[in-house]
Amino acid sequence: MYHATIVVTLRHSILDPQGKAVEHAIHSLSAGRVSNVRIGKQIQCAIDAPSRTEAAGIADTICKKLLANPVMEDYTVTIEERA
Amino acid sequence: MASSVPCFGVVVFPGSNCDHDAYHVVKHILGYDARFIWHKEPDLGNVDAVILPGGFSYGDYLRTGAIARFSPVMQAVIKFANDGGPVIGICNGFQILLECGLLPGAMLRNESLRFVCKHVHLRIVNTQTRFTSQYPSGSVVRVPVAHGEGNYFADDDTIRSLQENNQIVFQYADSTGVVADAWNPNGSLLNIAGIINRRGNVLGMMPHPERASDPALGSVDGRTIFDSIVDNLISMK
Repeated sequence: MYHATIVVTLRHSILDPQGKAVEHAIHSLSAGRVSNVRIGKQIQCAIDAPSRTEAAGIADTICKKLLANPVMEDYTVTIEERA
Repeated sequence: MASSVPCFGVVVFPGSNCDHDAYHVVKHILGYDARFIWHKEPDLGNVDAVILPGGFSYGDYLRTGAIARFSPVMQAVIKFANDGGPVIGICNGFQILLECGLLPGAMLRNESLRFVCKHVHLRIVNTQTRFTSQYPSGSVVRVPVAHGEGNYFADDDTIRSLQENNQIVFQYADSTGVVADAWNPNGSLLNIAGIINRRGNVLGMMPHPERASDPALGSVDGRTIFDSIVDNLISMK
């Protein structure tokens, strides 16, 4: 059994107004060294697959078809093996 | 056409909330036939046009329209559209049309991060469509919007192609039809409020024409869209 952690964020070319608003709030904490705040979502799931490669393939398919919209979002997948 | 009176199918997803408004306008205000189509139905029955109404299908979980696209009825809607039938998606219905690929582009969160609910003016850019043919050219209409994610986005090639093929149907404007940033309620590229597919039978729009069709609600500018659909159904018969 594998465990996938999928992170979906707006593509870097697209303005993320939510990230901008949070960045302004961070700056009001005097944390001026913080920039490029982007907000996304994390999806976790278990994947029953015979190998890590196949688990990664399944995760990629569900990202492409459902979890991320390629017009505006990028995604990353991290696969871990779980007992 | 199934009978002498054209029938609109209004698709009902869990979370749709403008379905009854659309049904009421089509059936009781305009005198056409209408029926609800539950999202689990695998076929549309004998309808002449399909309305994907506004609302919050599946609670807007994941992305607006992303889950509704997988409802069984959507296969039938896609087939209906591919066979040339008229499909109009209003607000959440527009978002569903984008997610299922019947229309290009995607919807981002409003630039202001606020839900906007107000009347806007729309310049009808293209009055040569099956949905707008009854409007005089150069028309400006007053119709309400109510959405949190109506910020239309597409890549440069898509935008260029929409322009070249006259697929931008509505733009946010002032009351005289001037399109400017000041009248853009959500940050949409080119003030886009509604687009049509290349073939001309699938329209998506964020504003709510069904909320501007009953004289009791202060504007009847939206009803011409439903009348145009019917007029074109009859002339194509």
